[in-house]
Amino acid sequence: MALPSNPSINHPYIPSTDFERAEMLSVIGVDSFDDLLSDIPLEHRHPPMDLTSGLSEQELGSRISGFAGENASPSSGYVSFLGAGAYSHYIPSVVRSILQRGEFVTGYTPYQPEAAQGTLQVGFEFQTIICQLTGMEVANAGMYDGPTAFAEACLMAARVTRRNKVGVVSDIDNRLLEVLISYVKYQDIEIIEITPDTRVIPDDLACIGIQSPNFFGEIQDVERLTNLAHDHGALSVVHVNPISLGLFKSPGEFGVDIVTAEGQPLGVPMAFGGPYVGLFACKKEHIRQMPGRIIGYTKDTKGRAGYALTLQTREQHIRRERATSNICTSTQLIALMVTAYVATLGKQGIKEVAELCYQKAHYAAKEITNIEGYSVRNKGTFFHEFVVTCPREPSVINAELLKQKIIGGLDISNRSDNGMLVCFTETNSKKDIDRFVEGLRQLGEVH
Amino acid sequence: MDRSVAGRKAFSLPESDVPFQEMPDRSHMRDDLELPEVSQLEVIRYFSILSQRNFSIDTNFYPLGSCTMKYNPKINDELSNLPGLADLHPLQPEATVQGAIRLLKDLQDDLGEITGLPAVSLAPLAGAQGEYAGLLIARAYHEARGDDQRTVAIIPDSAHGTNPASAAMAGLDVVTVRSDSNGNVDVSNLRELSDSRTAVFMLTIPSTLGLFEPNILEITEIIHNAGGLVYADGANLNALLGIVKLGDLGVDICHSNLHKTFSTPHGGGGPGSGPVMVKDDLAEFLPQPVAEKRSGCYVLANPNQSIGSINGFHGSFSIAVRAYAYIKALGLEGLQSVSQNAIINANYIQANLRDKYNLPQDRYCMHETVLSASRQKDRGIAGLDIAKRLLDFGIHAPTMYFPMIVEEALMIEPTESESKETLDHFIAVMRQIDDETNNQAELVSEAPHDLPVTRLDEASAARKPILRWSPVDLDDQ
Amino acid sequence: MYPEDLKYSKEHEWVRINGSIAEVGVTLFAQESLGDVVYVDLPEVGSEVEQFAKFGEIESVKAVSDLFCPVEGKIVEINHKLVENPEVVNLEPYGAGWLIKVQLSDSSKLDELMDAATYESTLE
Repeated sequence: MALPSNPSINHPYIPSTDFERAEMLSVIGVDSFDDLLSDIPLEHRHPPMDLTSGLSEQELGSRISGFAGENASPSSGYVSFLGAGAYSHYIPSVVRSILQRGEFVTGYTPYQPEAAQGTLQVGFEFQTIICQLTGMEVANAGMYDGPTAFAEACLMAARVTRRNKVGVVSDIDNRLLEVLISYVKYQDIEIIEITPDTRVIPDDLACIGIQSPNFFGEIQDVERLTNLAHDHGALSVVHVNPISLGLFKSPGEFGVDIVTAEGQPLGVPMAFGGPYVGLFACKKEHIRQMPGRIIGYTKDTKGRAGYALTLQTREQHIRRERATSNICTSTQLIALMVTAYVATLGKQGIKEVAELCYQKAHYAAKEITNIEGYSVRNKGTFFHEFVVTCPREPSVINAELLKQKIIGGLDISNRSDNGMLVCFTETNSKKDIDRFVEGLRQLGEVH
Repeated sequence: MDRSVAGRKAFSLPESDVPFQEMPDRSHMRDDLELPEVSQLEVIRYFSILSQRNFSIDTNFYPLGSCTMKYNPKINDELSNLPGLADLHPLQPEATVQGAIRLLKDLQDDLGEITGLPAVSLAPLAGAQGEYAGLLIARAYHEARGDDQRTVAIIPDSAHGTNPASAAMAGLDVVTVRSDSNGNVDVSNLRELSDSRTAVFMLTIPSTLGLFEPNILEITEIIHNAGGLVYADGANLNALLGIVKLGDLGVDICHSNLHKTFSTPHGGGGPGSGPVMVKDDLAEFLPQPVAEKRSGCYVLANPNQSIGSINGFHGSFSIAVRAYAYIKALGLEGLQSVSQNAIINANYIQANLRDKYNLPQDRYCMHETVLSASRQKDRGIAGLDIAKRLLDFGIHAPTMYFPMIVEEALMIEPTESESKETLDHFIAVMRQIDDETNNQAELVSEAPHDLPVTRLDEASAARKPILRWSPVDLDDQ
Repeated sequence: MYPEDLKYSKEHEWVRINGSIAEVGVTLFAQESLGDVVYVDLPEVGSEVEQFAKFGEIESVKAVSDLFCPVEGKIVEINHKLVENPEVVNLEPYGAGWLIKVQLSDSSKLDELMDAATYESTLE
């Protein structure tokens, strides 16, 4: 026989009292809660679960603070020069303040637009800002992250051109490639590699996928590659760093068809990898093939301006197996953070942040070049990341640097001999950079 | 955007403290950058006013079926923003992030315990991604056994749209199984459809009608006998906590939505998290990374035959922190109570509205009830109108027109977070609206009346999409 | 309202014959079920169509439906007006809201279609 349910406990998150439960059960017309479970196989009801009892808020705080205390971060005195897809940027207090508003945080997806004009209007601003930064005609309300946005862009190119071969320019972040592989696995799509200086591409490519700056921080010749793609009936898909667009020409100027990016640098905490937001923008002519939610401007029956989700027939809840993507919940709150960040930094601030990153990185590059045994591999223009070729294994150098509370760049010796990918942003002071350079110097001498 | 004034700024950055470096030649640099130029107060005011145009759990009751709009505890937000968690770079050496990985491992273990599917990856960034990962795992499993004939996903006609969409992405052909007159999977239809081409059967448990499959053990046996795997869409897990484990029912793979069952905020449309859980013998296929403890150290591991990376880093970490906090705050007895109260609340609403709104399935429901507005439709008022009228009372509409197998469906899920007063208020309002359909129909058909905007012209928005602000007046675009 | 001079398919398309050219559109019932049409996806001029095969899609705000060709032949004209004004399908489903014109390759296939009375009876 089935064990009866344990009686419900009282808890701050569960308002009903024993009395109220008893009242409700009698209205429902049963004697006990278990009478509502008759469809559940007897032998599997109320299984034992190896979980601890509930913690009070104080105990909870103490436990999780304990976990936080075990990690190395700026709050425990560490400086870091890691980039490679997630970047440390200063997040203004305004952004954090806006995020305190429960009406934004605890709202639902705006399928009932009358009840969600706040979320929708912010999303419309987000789309506008992404268009302005990237120079593109339309943008969606956000995807999961940069790599999935890039993968979805390649799938979209395949749909638009009705071709099933995707060309990817060398030296992209392996994570972009791995996610793309996961997404095209059962779609009959082939991925081929294209060298950045190629003059020739196959005639049956759906797109050329470019990352600029690439994994090593180098700005690519997006214009030339875009023209090459177009000459062969292929689309140009470019994955960018959004902060770099404060300085460098927007992809839209080169006639790029789809632009994707990781939105995290725009006011989103690194948070050990997520949640982030994928930016996705394209030419207006392709809009019906664009995945993700899209917010449109319209009027209500009284002529008042408002916003609503539009072109929903592309999405899974209507088109089901023929949807442009299976994406449902995406990253609306993160898009809000990005919008608040860009609105706060504004035209001047975005430009200044980009300039500061550029200045710090190029200062560091100069100083590192002057260290015996170290060299900077990058030849062309770079933004805020570059590859240092070290005199010994980067892993050994990093282990030593850690003792000085310095988290060095990413060990990329599997892609570049003794290579370390370093990144400098406006959060790195000259003092920290000099300390890092000095650390490298000392470790270069010890042989 | 339209309130920008050239020269205004909302933020100041420090000056550069390094010697000046030559900037790249002009051929690389952009000439113009159109972005907002407003003051800091204007930013705060703008967003604050906009927030007041939103419904939210903090301010409104949201009986949205299958969304589980429960209270999002504030302590969870606070803890996930702690320095030492929020400022960690994902690629830091593992020795410097032991606390973070340990949290992920503990959460994996708890989710494994709750579902009875012990091998867990927290990588997927939403339910749909969890589904996609689950389907890739099923395919990888069959391929590893040399069985490449399995290209069919059997999906009930009542399934959520992401199910067939994810199946299509995974290259599977979708075959639909009927529901019987009791709202359950038609077992004999399922038996006919399952064969050597069946890769996976995708089932929502409880179903999208809020009903538990009484034939679940027979169903999973049919699929296993045909050589297929059973995938459970865990969107409705709020009904099952401590009541039954999916793993005990013959489920092989499932996903859960942390932003539903485990209280992480919806954020107006994300971010979510959709961890995927599997039986031990499928563990090697999980997407990377999976948190593990090896020789006393916590690591992020890549399973042997992993389906690979489905996104950039490790999943939604700060969402995982919130879910972890929620599970720990409730504990064993608390989680059991969650489902108990969720089920009682839904049945209470069902009992109080069934005389006014059709109840397609005359059974006790689980954590959500599906009513039909077909009676009201006969009077000229659609489910959509009722949904809009509810907004006038500060109550968000229930899930509408889903599942598609119920006419004018209204799917109502109160959750355990709501007090009896809120439930009684909702019941009273629904009864009043039903009255209005008889006597004052335009109140309903032209609702909402009391919000900043009323019904929007979605047809024009789709015909001539205006998707961004531009210096030309929006109305002239 | 189902004009008697037209022929109808069970997928709710109508046909008007002008010599060897068939004009095709969707019926009153179809546009009512869909709601406000926002977009029509039509094939290229010159493409061949088979009877009862899918030739395009029609979208409203909340739904998308396949369009099935009631006749067989080669598409010689598509209604470009629908790009700017898809709502014409709702306003004049039998007139300005026509979708495609087909050069018939096999007029015996027309016998597979229904007359107005038969079609209307299927709607009950």
